[in-house]
Amino acid sequence: MAGAALHRRLTWATAEAIELIDESPRVRSVVLSSPGWPGHLPGQHVDIRLTAEDGYQAQRSYSIATPEEGDLLTITVEVIEDGEVSPYLFEYLAVGDQIELRGPIGGYFVWDAAREGPIQLIGGGSGVVPLMAMLRARTRTGGNTPFRYLSSARSHEDLLFANELEVVGQQGDVTITHALTRSHPDDWNGPTRRIDRPMLEQYTWPSTERPLTYVCGPTGFVENIATTLVEIGHEADRIRTERFGPTGK
Amino acid sequence: MSDDRQLDGNSLGGLLLEIFGSDMTTQLGSCNHCLAVVPFAEVVVYRDAPGVVVRCPACSTVLIVITEMESSYRVTFEGLRWIQPTK
Amino acid sequence: MAIINKGFRRKHVVEASADRVPPGQYVTADFPVLSAGPTPRIGTDEWRLTVTDQRGGKRVWDWEELRGIPSEQVTVDIHCVTKWSKLDTVWEGVSIDTLLTDIEDPGSHVLVRSYGGYTTNLPTNDVTGGRAWIAFGYDGADLAPEHGGPARLLVPHLYFWKSAKWVNGLEFADHDRTGFWESYGYHNYGDPWLEQRYTGD
Repeated sequence: MAGAALHRRLTWATAEAIELIDESPRVRSVVLSSPGWPGHLPGQHVDIRLTAEDGYQAQRSYSIATPEEGDLLTITVEVIEDGEVSPYLFEYLAVGDQIELRGPIGGYFVWDAAREGPIQLIGGGSGVVPLMAMLRARTRTGGNTPFRYLSSARSHEDLLFANELEVVGQQGDVTITHALTRSHPDDWNGPTRRIDRPMLEQYTWPSTERPLTYVCGPTGFVENIATTLVEIGHEADRIRTERFGPTGK
Repeated sequence: MSDDRQLDGNSLGGLLLEIFGSDMTTQLGSCNHCLAVVPFAEVVVYRDAPGVVVRCPACSTVLIVITEMESSYRVTFEGLRWIQPTK
Repeated sequence: MAIINKGFRRKHVVEASADRVPPGQYVTADFPVLSAGPTPRIGTDEWRLTVTDQRGGKRVWDWEELRGIPSEQVTVDIHCVTKWSKLDTVWEGVSIDTLLTDIEDPGSHVLVRSYGGYTTNLPTNDVTGGRAWIAFGYDGADLAPEHGGPARLLVPHLYFWKSAKWVNGLEFADHDRTGFWESYGYHNYGDPWLEQRYTGD
Protein backbone atom coordinates (compact mmCIF):
# COMPACT_ATOMS: atom_id res chain seq x y z
CA MET A 1 0.00 0.00 0.00
CA ALA A 2 2.74 2.43 0.94
CA GLY A 3 4.67 1.34 -2.15
CA ALA A 4 1.81 2.52 -4.30
CA ALA A 5 2.35 5.98 -2.89
CA LEU A 6 5.62 6.29 -4.82
CA HIS A 7 3.93 5.64 -8.13
CA ARG A 8 2.10 8.03 -10.31
CA ARG A 9 -1.05 9.90 -9.85
CA LEU A 10 -0.42 11.72 -13.07
CA THR A 11 -3.63 13.52 -13.69
CA TRP A 12 -5.21 16.20 -11.63
CA ALA A 13 -7.69 14.63 -9.24
CA THR A 14 -10.46 16.35 -7.34
CA ALA A 15 -10.72 16.57 -3.59
CA GLU A 16 -13.41 17.92 -1.33
CA ALA A 17 -12.65 20.08 1.69
CA ILE A 18 -14.36 18.33 4.54
CA GLU A 19 -13.00 20.24 7.51
CA LEU A 20 -11.18 23.50 8.15
CA ILE A 21 -9.10 23.92 11.31
CA ASP A 22 -7.55 27.19 12.40
CA GLU A 23 -4.17 26.27 13.87
CA SER A 24 -2.95 29.82 14.53
CA PRO A 25 -3.78 33.36 13.35
CA ARG A 26 -2.04 32.75 10.05
CA VAL A 27 -2.23 29.01 9.65
CA ARG A 28 -5.15 26.80 8.68
CA SER A 29 -5.39 23.08 8.13
CA VAL A 30 -7.63 21.81 5.36
CA VAL A 31 -8.80 18.21 5.59
CA LEU A 32 -9.32 16.89 2.08
CA SER A 33 -11.05 13.78 0.88
CA SER A 34 -9.91 12.55 -2.50
CA PRO A 35 -11.79 9.51 -3.80
CA GLY A 36 -9.41 6.72 -4.70
CA TRP A 37 -6.44 8.35 -3.02
CA PRO A 38 -3.57 5.84 -3.36
CA GLY A 39 -2.13 6.59 0.03
CA HIS A 40 1.03 8.49 0.87
CA LEU A 41 4.18 8.40 2.96
CA PRO A 42 4.94 10.89 5.74
CA GLY A 43 6.83 13.80 4.20
CA GLN A 44 5.23 13.72 0.78
CA HIS A 45 3.36 16.68 -0.66
CA VAL A 46 0.56 17.50 -3.08
CA ASP A 47 0.28 20.16 -5.74
CA ILE A 48 -2.93 22.17 -5.47
CA ARG A 49 -4.28 23.89 -8.58
CA LEU A 50 -6.81 26.69 -8.54
CA THR A 51 -8.73 28.02 -11.53
CA ALA A 52 -10.30 31.49 -11.64
CA GLU A 53 -13.48 32.34 -13.50
CA ASP A 54 -11.45 33.85 -16.34
CA GLY A 55 -9.44 30.67 -16.72
CA TYR A 56 -6.32 31.87 -14.93
CA GLN A 57 -4.65 29.03 -13.04
CA ALA A 58 -2.07 28.86 -10.29
CA GLN A 59 -0.43 25.91 -8.57
CA ARG A 60 1.30 25.55 -5.24
CA SER A 61 2.80 22.63 -3.37
CA TYR A 62 1.73 21.81 0.18
CA SER A 63 3.14 19.15 2.45
CA ILE A 64 0.69 16.59 3.79
CA ALA A 65 0.45 17.01 7.56
CA THR A 66 -1.13 13.67 8.38
CA PRO A 67 -0.21 10.03 7.94
CA GLU A 68 -2.09 7.87 5.49
CA GLU A 69 -5.77 7.42 6.22
CA GLY A 70 -7.84 6.06 3.36
CA ASP A 71 -9.05 8.91 1.14
CA LEU A 72 -8.12 11.58 3.64
CA LEU A 73 -5.16 13.92 3.67
CA THR A 74 -4.65 17.19 5.50
CA ILE A 75 -2.61 20.14 4.30
CA THR A 76 -1.60 22.89 6.71
CA VAL A 77 -1.31 26.23 5.00
CA GLU A 78 0.32 29.46 6.13
CA VAL A 79 -1.32 32.52 4.60
CA ILE A 80 1.09 34.68 2.63
CA GLU A 81 -0.09 38.27 2.64
CA ASP A 82 0.70 39.00 -0.94
CA GLY A 83 -0.06 35.53 -2.14
CA GLU A 84 -2.64 34.27 -4.57
CA VAL A 85 -3.34 30.72 -3.50
CA SER A 86 -3.05 30.82 0.30
CA PRO A 87 -5.46 33.78 0.69
CA TYR A 88 -8.02 31.79 -1.30
CA LEU A 89 -7.58 28.79 0.99
CA PHE A 90 -7.99 31.10 3.98
CA GLU A 91 -10.79 33.41 2.94
CA TYR A 92 -12.88 31.62 0.35
CA LEU A 93 -12.53 27.86 0.56
CA ALA A 94 -15.52 26.44 2.42
CA VAL A 95 -16.43 22.99 3.64
CA GLY A 96 -17.92 21.11 0.70
CA ASP A 97 -15.87 22.99 -1.94
CA GLN A 98 -13.81 21.06 -4.44
CA ILE A 99 -10.21 21.70 -5.42
CA GLU A 100 -7.83 20.01 -7.79
CA LEU A 101 -4.76 18.24 -6.56
CA ARG A 102 -1.93 16.11 -7.89
CA GLY A 103 0.05 13.66 -5.84
CA PRO A 104 1.38 12.27 -3.66
CA ILE A 105 4.77 13.61 -4.67
CA GLY A 106 8.26 13.07 -3.36
CA GLY A 107 10.31 10.03 -2.50
CA TYR A 108 13.28 11.78 -0.96
CA PHE A 109 11.99 13.75 1.99
CA VAL A 110 10.01 10.85 3.44
CA TRP A 111 10.20 8.76 6.57
CA ASP A 112 8.71 5.40 7.31
CA ALA A 113 9.25 3.07 10.21
CA ALA A 114 11.59 0.91 8.13
CA ARG A 115 14.19 3.69 8.15
CA GLU A 116 16.77 3.32 10.83
CA GLY A 117 16.94 6.00 13.48
CA PRO A 118 17.47 7.76 15.63
CA ILE A 119 15.51 10.45 13.79
CA GLN A 120 16.09 14.19 14.08
CA LEU A 121 13.45 16.60 12.84
CA ILE A 122 14.24 20.32 12.49
CA GLY A 123 11.62 22.71 11.14
CA GLY A 124 11.22 26.46 10.72
CA GLY A 125 7.81 28.12 10.36
CA SER A 126 5.54 26.00 8.19
CA GLY A 127 8.48 23.67 7.54
CA VAL A 128 7.24 21.69 10.52
CA VAL A 129 4.27 20.38 8.52
CA PRO A 130 5.92 17.39 6.81
CA LEU A 131 7.78 16.67 10.05
CA MET A 132 4.45 16.54 11.83
CA ALA A 133 3.27 13.88 9.39
CA MET A 134 6.31 11.83 10.36
CA LEU A 135 5.71 12.25 14.08
CA ARG A 136 2.02 11.51 13.76
CA ALA A 137 2.84 8.36 11.80
CA ARG A 138 5.20 7.24 14.52
CA THR A 139 2.61 7.86 17.21
CA ARG A 140 -0.08 5.98 15.33
CA THR A 141 1.96 2.90 14.55
CA GLY A 142 3.34 2.87 18.07
CA GLY A 143 6.87 2.50 16.78
CA ASN A 144 9.81 2.89 19.07
CA THR A 145 12.30 4.68 16.84
CA PRO A 146 13.76 7.47 18.99
CA PHE A 147 12.83 10.94 17.72
CA ARG A 148 13.98 14.43 18.57
CA TYR A 149 12.06 17.41 17.24
CA LEU A 150 13.34 20.99 17.18
CA SER A 151 11.19 23.76 15.77
CA SER A 152 11.67 27.47 15.30
CA ALA A 153 8.77 29.93 15.46
CA ARG A 154 8.51 33.67 15.90
CA SER A 155 6.31 33.56 18.98
CA HIS A 156 4.20 31.19 21.01
CA GLU A 157 1.20 32.30 18.99
CA ASP A 158 2.93 31.13 15.80
CA LEU A 159 3.92 27.77 17.23
CA LEU A 160 2.12 25.03 15.36
CA PHE A 161 0.61 21.94 16.98
CA ALA A 162 1.92 22.99 20.40
CA ASN A 163 -0.67 21.12 22.46
CA GLU A 164 -0.45 17.98 20.40
CA LEU A 165 3.32 18.02 20.58
CA GLU A 166 3.24 18.38 24.32
CA VAL A 167 1.31 15.12 24.51
CA VAL A 168 3.56 13.45 21.92
CA GLY A 169 6.57 14.56 23.91
CA GLN A 170 5.38 12.44 26.78
CA GLN A 171 5.88 9.28 24.77
CA GLY A 172 9.01 7.41 25.54
CA ASP A 173 11.86 8.25 23.22
CA VAL A 174 10.39 11.47 21.80
CA THR A 175 11.89 14.83 22.80
CA ILE A 176 10.22 18.07 21.68
CA THR A 177 11.96 21.45 21.76
CA HIS A 178 10.66 24.77 20.42
CA ALA A 179 12.82 27.85 19.90
CA LEU A 180 10.85 31.12 19.98
CA THR A 181 12.84 33.70 18.10
CA ARG A 182 11.09 37.07 18.49
CA SER A 183 8.94 36.95 21.58
CA HIS A 184 8.09 34.45 24.29
CA PRO A 185 5.83 34.13 27.33
CA ASP A 186 7.36 35.02 30.70
CA ASP A 187 7.25 31.43 31.88
CA TRP A 188 8.86 30.02 28.76
CA ASN A 189 11.73 27.72 29.57
CA GLY A 190 12.73 26.72 26.05
CA PRO A 191 15.30 28.48 23.86
CA THR A 192 14.56 32.07 22.91
CA ARG A 193 16.71 32.81 19.88
CA ARG A 194 17.20 31.55 16.33
CA ILE A 195 18.59 28.06 16.00
CA ASP A 196 22.36 28.23 16.07
CA ARG A 197 25.27 25.86 16.56
CA PRO A 198 25.15 25.74 20.38
CA MET A 199 21.42 25.05 20.24
CA LEU A 200 21.92 22.22 17.79
CA GLU A 201 24.65 20.80 20.00
CA GLN A 202 22.43 21.03 23.03
CA TYR A 203 19.09 19.76 21.76
CA THR A 204 19.72 17.48 18.80
CA TRP A 205 21.15 13.98 18.48
CA PRO A 206 24.94 14.13 18.64
CA SER A 207 26.72 13.16 15.45
CA THR A 208 28.08 10.05 17.16
CA GLU A 209 24.52 8.68 17.12
CA ARG A 210 24.43 9.02 13.32
CA PRO A 211 20.84 10.24 13.23
CA LEU A 212 18.82 10.50 10.06
CA THR A 213 17.96 14.20 10.02
CA TYR A 214 15.15 16.00 8.20
CA VAL A 215 15.38 19.80 7.91
CA CYS A 216 12.52 21.79 6.41
CA GLY A 217 11.55 25.45 6.20
CA PRO A 218 12.56 28.66 4.42
CA THR A 219 15.55 28.26 2.13
CA GLY A 220 17.93 30.37 4.21
CA PHE A 221 16.94 28.52 7.39
CA VAL A 222 17.53 25.11 5.82
CA GLU A 223 20.88 26.03 4.29
CA ASN A 224 22.11 27.49 7.54
CA ILE A 225 21.11 24.47 9.63
CA ALA A 226 22.36 21.89 7.16
CA THR A 227 25.74 23.63 6.96
CA THR A 228 26.00 23.85 10.73
CA LEU A 229 25.12 20.19 11.19
CA VAL A 230 27.94 19.23 8.87
CA GLU A 231 30.27 21.57 10.78
CA ILE A 232 29.51 19.74 14.01
CA GLY A 233 30.27 16.39 12.48
CA HIS A 234 27.10 15.05 10.90
CA GLU A 235 27.43 13.19 7.62
CA ALA A 236 25.95 15.15 4.72
CA ASP A 237 24.17 12.14 3.29
CA ARG A 238 22.36 11.52 6.57
CA ILE A 239 20.75 14.97 6.26
CA ARG A 240 17.64 15.36 4.12
CA THR A 241 16.40 18.81 3.30
CA GLU A 242 13.33 20.45 1.84
CA ARG A 243 13.36 24.18 1.06
CA PHE A 244 10.16 26.15 1.02
CA GLY A 245 11.43 29.37 -0.56
CA PRO A 246 11.39 32.80 1.06
CA THR A 247 8.41 32.67 3.35
CA GLY A 248 7.90 28.98 3.85
CA LYS A 249 5.51 28.55 0.89
CA MET B 1 25.24 32.48 0.17
CA SER B 2 21.80 31.38 -0.86
CA ASP B 3 19.01 33.48 -2.17
CA ASP B 4 15.77 32.74 -0.38
CA ARG B 5 14.00 32.64 -3.73
CA GLN B 6 15.80 29.42 -4.52
CA LEU B 7 14.02 26.13 -4.04
CA ASP B 8 15.33 22.60 -4.29
CA GLY B 9 14.58 19.57 -6.43
CA ASN B 10 11.73 18.50 -4.13
CA SER B 11 9.70 21.37 -5.58
CA LEU B 12 9.92 19.88 -9.07
CA GLY B 13 8.48 16.54 -8.06
CA GLY B 14 5.03 17.20 -9.49
CA LEU B 15 6.27 18.67 -12.78
CA LEU B 16 8.71 15.80 -13.30
CA LEU B 17 6.03 13.27 -12.40
CA GLU B 18 3.94 14.81 -15.14
CA ILE B 19 6.74 14.87 -17.72
CA PHE B 20 8.53 11.61 -16.96
CA GLY B 21 5.87 9.62 -15.19
CA SER B 22 8.03 8.87 -12.19
CA ASP B 23 9.48 10.47 -9.11
CA MET B 24 12.84 11.90 -10.08
CA THR B 25 13.64 13.31 -6.68
CA THR B 26 15.15 10.05 -5.52
CA GLN B 27 17.58 9.91 -8.45
CA LEU B 28 21.25 10.78 -8.12
CA GLY B 29 22.67 13.14 -10.71
CA SER B 30 26.13 14.24 -11.71
CA CYS B 31 27.17 17.70 -12.82
CA ASN B 32 29.05 17.78 -16.11
CA HIS B 33 31.10 20.75 -14.98
CA CYS B 34 32.31 19.95 -11.47
CA LEU B 35 31.39 16.24 -11.41
CA ALA B 36 29.60 16.58 -8.07
CA VAL B 37 27.09 13.82 -7.41
CA VAL B 38 23.93 14.98 -5.69
CA PRO B 39 20.49 13.61 -4.94
CA PHE B 40 18.14 15.29 -7.38
CA ALA B 41 16.15 16.60 -4.44
CA GLU B 42 19.16 18.76 -3.50
CA VAL B 43 19.60 20.62 -6.79
CA VAL B 44 19.04 24.38 -6.78
CA VAL B 45 15.84 25.36 -8.54
CA TYR B 46 14.81 28.76 -9.89
CA ARG B 47 11.13 28.80 -10.75
CA ASP B 48 10.56 32.54 -11.13
CA ALA B 49 12.01 32.65 -14.60
CA PRO B 50 10.40 32.23 -18.02
CA GLY B 51 11.31 28.58 -17.49
CA VAL B 52 12.53 26.36 -14.69
CA VAL B 53 16.29 26.48 -14.27
CA VAL B 54 18.00 23.69 -12.34
CA ARG B 55 21.56 24.36 -11.14
CA CYS B 56 24.26 22.32 -9.47
CA PRO B 57 24.35 23.05 -5.72
CA ALA B 58 28.13 22.83 -5.74
CA CYS B 59 29.11 25.02 -8.70
CA SER B 60 25.88 26.65 -9.93
CA THR B 61 26.25 25.30 -13.47
CA VAL B 62 22.94 24.96 -15.29
CA LEU B 63 21.97 21.27 -15.25
CA ILE B 64 18.48 21.29 -16.73
CA VAL B 65 16.09 23.88 -18.16
CA ILE B 66 12.38 23.16 -18.47
CA THR B 67 10.34 25.44 -20.68
CA GLU B 68 6.59 25.19 -20.86
CA MET B 69 5.51 26.02 -24.36
CA GLU B 70 2.01 26.19 -25.82
CA SER B 71 1.22 22.53 -25.78
CA SER B 72 4.28 20.75 -24.51
CA TYR B 73 7.33 20.98 -22.33
CA ARG B 74 10.87 21.15 -23.58
CA VAL B 75 13.45 19.68 -21.22
CA THR B 76 17.05 20.60 -22.04
CA PHE B 77 19.72 18.56 -20.30
CA GLU B 78 22.31 21.29 -20.41
CA GLY B 79 24.87 20.20 -17.86
CA LEU B 80 23.65 16.94 -16.39
CA ARG B 81 26.19 14.22 -16.96
CA TRP B 82 24.18 11.26 -15.75
CA ILE B 83 21.34 10.26 -13.50
CA GLN B 84 20.65 6.96 -11.82
CA PRO B 85 18.29 5.76 -9.12
CA THR B 86 19.64 5.87 -5.57
CA LYS B 87 20.76 2.46 -4.37
CA MET C 1 -13.00 19.93 -16.85
CA ALA C 2 -11.38 22.16 -14.28
CA ILE C 3 -13.17 23.13 -11.11
CA ILE C 4 -13.71 26.88 -10.82
CA ASN C 5 -12.63 28.20 -7.44
CA LYS C 6 -14.87 31.15 -6.66
CA GLY C 7 -13.01 34.03 -5.12
CA PHE C 8 -9.67 33.03 -6.59
CA ARG C 9 -8.22 35.52 -9.04
CA ARG C 10 -4.91 36.75 -10.35
CA LYS C 11 -3.55 39.40 -8.03
CA HIS C 12 -2.03 42.83 -8.66
CA VAL C 13 -3.82 43.44 -11.94
CA VAL C 14 -4.47 47.02 -12.95
CA GLU C 15 -6.73 48.39 -15.64
CA ALA C 16 -5.24 49.75 -18.84
CA SER C 17 -6.44 50.70 -22.29
CA ALA C 18 -6.31 47.82 -24.71
CA ASP C 19 -4.09 49.57 -27.23
CA ARG C 20 -1.25 49.52 -24.73
CA VAL C 21 -1.53 45.85 -23.87
CA PRO C 22 -0.08 43.27 -26.25
CA PRO C 23 -2.07 40.09 -26.83
CA GLY C 24 -2.13 37.67 -23.90
CA GLN C 25 -0.70 40.16 -21.42
CA TYR C 26 -2.12 41.66 -18.24
CA VAL C 27 -0.97 44.89 -16.65
CA THR C 28 0.52 44.91 -13.18
CA ALA C 29 1.60 47.59 -10.77
CA ASP C 30 4.25 45.22 -9.39
CA PHE C 31 7.72 44.76 -10.74
CA PRO C 32 8.17 40.98 -10.53
CA VAL C 33 11.69 39.66 -10.21
CA LEU C 34 12.51 36.76 -12.48
CA SER C 35 15.82 34.96 -12.06
CA ALA C 36 17.51 32.11 -13.83
CA GLY C 37 20.29 32.01 -11.28
CA PRO C 38 21.86 33.73 -8.30
CA THR C 39 21.90 37.53 -8.33
CA PRO C 40 25.40 38.73 -9.22
CA ARG C 41 26.78 41.31 -6.80
CA ILE C 42 29.01 43.58 -8.88
CA GLY C 43 30.49 46.72 -7.40
CA THR C 44 30.74 49.77 -9.63
CA ASP C 45 34.50 49.77 -9.12
CA GLU C 46 34.83 46.39 -10.86
CA TRP C 47 32.03 46.93 -13.41
CA ARG C 48 33.03 46.90 -17.06
CA LEU C 49 31.11 46.97 -20.32
CA THR C 50 32.93 45.55 -23.34
CA VAL C 51 31.63 46.30 -26.82
CA THR C 52 33.18 44.10 -29.50
CA ASP C 53 32.65 44.80 -33.19
CA GLN C 54 32.46 42.18 -35.92
CA ARG C 55 36.18 42.43 -36.59
CA GLY C 56 37.00 41.72 -32.96
CA GLY C 57 37.83 45.31 -32.06
CA LYS C 58 37.06 45.95 -28.40
CA ARG C 59 36.09 49.06 -26.49
CA VAL C 60 35.73 48.89 -22.74
CA TRP C 61 33.90 51.33 -20.46
CA ASP C 62 34.28 51.39 -16.72
CA TRP C 63 31.61 52.85 -14.45
CA GLU C 64 33.03 56.36 -14.38
CA GLU C 65 33.30 56.43 -18.14
CA LEU C 66 29.76 55.16 -18.57
CA ARG C 67 28.39 57.78 -16.21
CA GLY C 68 30.40 60.42 -18.05
CA ILE C 69 28.43 59.80 -21.23
CA PRO C 70 25.30 61.93 -21.66
CA SER C 71 22.38 59.87 -20.45
CA GLU C 72 18.68 60.27 -20.92
CA GLN C 73 15.51 59.54 -19.04
CA VAL C 74 12.96 57.45 -20.89
CA THR C 75 9.44 56.35 -20.05
CA VAL C 76 8.52 53.05 -21.64
CA ASP C 77 6.15 50.11 -21.34
CA ILE C 78 7.72 46.72 -20.68
CA HIS C 79 6.30 43.30 -21.49
CA CYS C 80 7.45 40.03 -19.95
CA VAL C 81 6.90 36.74 -21.72
CA THR C 82 5.40 35.40 -18.47
CA LYS C 83 2.44 37.64 -19.34
CA TRP C 84 2.82 40.68 -17.14
CA SER C 85 3.20 44.14 -18.62
CA LYS C 86 4.15 47.27 -16.75
CA LEU C 87 3.32 50.63 -18.24
CA ASP C 88 5.09 53.96 -18.00
CA THR C 89 8.26 52.70 -16.39
CA VAL C 90 10.89 55.37 -15.99
CA TRP C 91 14.55 54.60 -16.63
CA GLU C 92 17.79 56.46 -16.89
CA GLY C 93 20.49 55.22 -19.20
CA VAL C 94 22.85 55.68 -22.06
CA SER C 95 21.59 55.02 -25.56
CA ILE C 96 23.37 52.18 -27.35
CA ASP C 97 23.63 54.53 -30.33
CA THR C 98 25.96 56.68 -28.23
CA LEU C 99 28.16 53.71 -27.40
CA LEU C 100 28.40 52.83 -31.09
CA THR C 101 29.28 56.36 -32.21
CA ASP C 102 32.83 55.46 -33.16
CA ILE C 103 31.99 52.07 -34.60
CA GLU C 104 31.03 52.43 -38.23
CA ASP C 105 29.79 48.97 -39.07
CA PRO C 106 29.45 46.91 -35.92
CA GLY C 107 27.85 43.88 -37.55
CA SER C 108 24.32 42.69 -38.24
CA HIS C 109 23.65 40.95 -34.93
CA VAL C 110 24.64 41.23 -31.30
CA LEU C 111 25.05 38.64 -28.57
CA VAL C 112 24.51 40.31 -25.21
CA ARG C 113 26.47 38.94 -22.25
CA SER C 114 25.84 39.37 -18.55
CA TYR C 115 27.67 38.83 -15.31
CA GLY C 116 26.60 35.38 -14.15
CA GLY C 117 26.59 33.91 -17.66
CA TYR C 118 23.21 34.96 -19.05
CA THR C 119 23.04 35.75 -22.76
CA THR C 120 20.48 36.97 -25.25
CA ASN C 121 20.65 37.83 -28.95
CA LEU C 122 19.20 40.59 -31.12
CA PRO C 123 19.54 42.08 -34.59
CA THR C 124 21.71 45.22 -34.43
CA ASN C 125 18.78 47.20 -35.84
CA ASP C 126 16.85 46.46 -32.66
CA VAL C 127 19.44 48.00 -30.36
CA THR C 128 20.00 51.11 -32.45
CA GLY C 129 17.90 53.97 -33.75
CA GLY C 130 16.99 55.07 -30.25
CA ARG C 131 15.46 51.73 -29.30
CA ALA C 132 17.86 50.48 -26.64
CA TRP C 133 19.84 51.70 -23.63
CA ILE C 134 22.29 50.60 -21.00
CA ALA C 135 20.08 51.51 -18.04
CA PHE C 136 21.42 52.24 -14.55
CA GLY C 137 18.49 54.07 -13.02
CA TYR C 138 14.93 52.95 -12.46
CA ASP C 139 12.11 55.03 -11.06
CA GLY C 140 14.40 57.79 -9.90
CA ALA C 141 16.87 55.59 -8.01
CA ASP C 142 19.87 53.41 -8.74
CA LEU C 143 18.89 50.18 -10.43
CA ALA C 144 18.65 47.50 -7.72
CA PRO C 145 20.68 44.30 -8.11
CA GLU C 146 17.59 42.08 -8.32
CA HIS C 147 16.41 44.16 -11.27
CA GLY C 148 19.77 44.01 -13.00
CA GLY C 149 21.87 46.66 -11.29
CA PRO C 150 24.47 48.15 -11.58
CA ALA C 151 23.30 48.24 -15.22
CA ARG C 152 21.10 46.28 -17.56
CA LEU C 153 20.19 46.38 -21.21
CA LEU C 154 16.82 47.97 -21.87
CA VAL C 155 15.06 47.05 -25.12
CA PRO C 156 11.38 47.69 -24.39
CA HIS C 157 9.96 46.94 -27.81
CA LEU C 158 10.79 43.24 -27.38
CA TYR C 159 9.87 40.80 -24.60
CA PHE C 160 11.76 41.72 -21.49
CA TRP C 161 14.00 38.65 -21.44
CA LYS C 162 15.93 40.49 -24.16
CA SER C 163 16.67 43.31 -21.71
CA ALA C 164 19.54 41.43 -20.15
CA LYS C 165 20.20 42.16 -16.50
CA TRP C 166 23.77 42.69 -15.27
CA VAL C 167 24.95 43.40 -18.80
CA ASN C 168 28.71 43.37 -19.29
CA GLY C 169 29.23 42.77 -22.99
CA LEU C 170 27.81 43.46 -26.43
CA GLU C 171 29.41 41.19 -29.01
CA PHE C 172 28.55 42.22 -32.52
CA ALA C 173 29.01 39.83 -35.44
CA ASP C 174 27.88 39.31 -39.00
CA HIS C 175 25.73 36.38 -37.98
CA ASP C 176 23.21 35.53 -35.31
CA ARG C 177 23.95 33.34 -32.30
CA THR C 178 21.22 32.17 -29.92
CA GLY C 179 21.21 33.25 -26.31
CA PHE C 180 20.01 31.53 -23.14
CA TRP C 181 16.22 31.49 -23.41
CA GLU C 182 16.33 31.43 -27.20
CA SER C 183 18.17 28.12 -27.04
CA TYR C 184 15.69 26.66 -24.58
CA GLY C 185 12.61 27.14 -26.71
CA TYR C 186 11.86 30.84 -26.63
CA HIS C 187 11.41 32.82 -29.81
CA ASN C 188 14.53 34.13 -31.50
CA TYR C 189 13.09 37.64 -32.00
CA GLY C 190 10.34 38.08 -29.40
CA ASP C 191 7.91 40.76 -30.58
CA PRO C 192 5.16 41.04 -27.95
CA TRP C 193 2.71 42.56 -30.44
CA LEU C 194 2.99 39.45 -32.61
CA GLU C 195 3.00 37.29 -29.49
CA GLN C 196 6.30 35.67 -30.42
CA ARG C 197 6.87 33.81 -27.19
CA TYR C 198 8.16 30.41 -28.30
CA THR C 199 10.18 29.01 -31.17
CA GLY C 200 7.88 28.60 -34.11
CA ASP C 201 5.35 31.22 -33.04
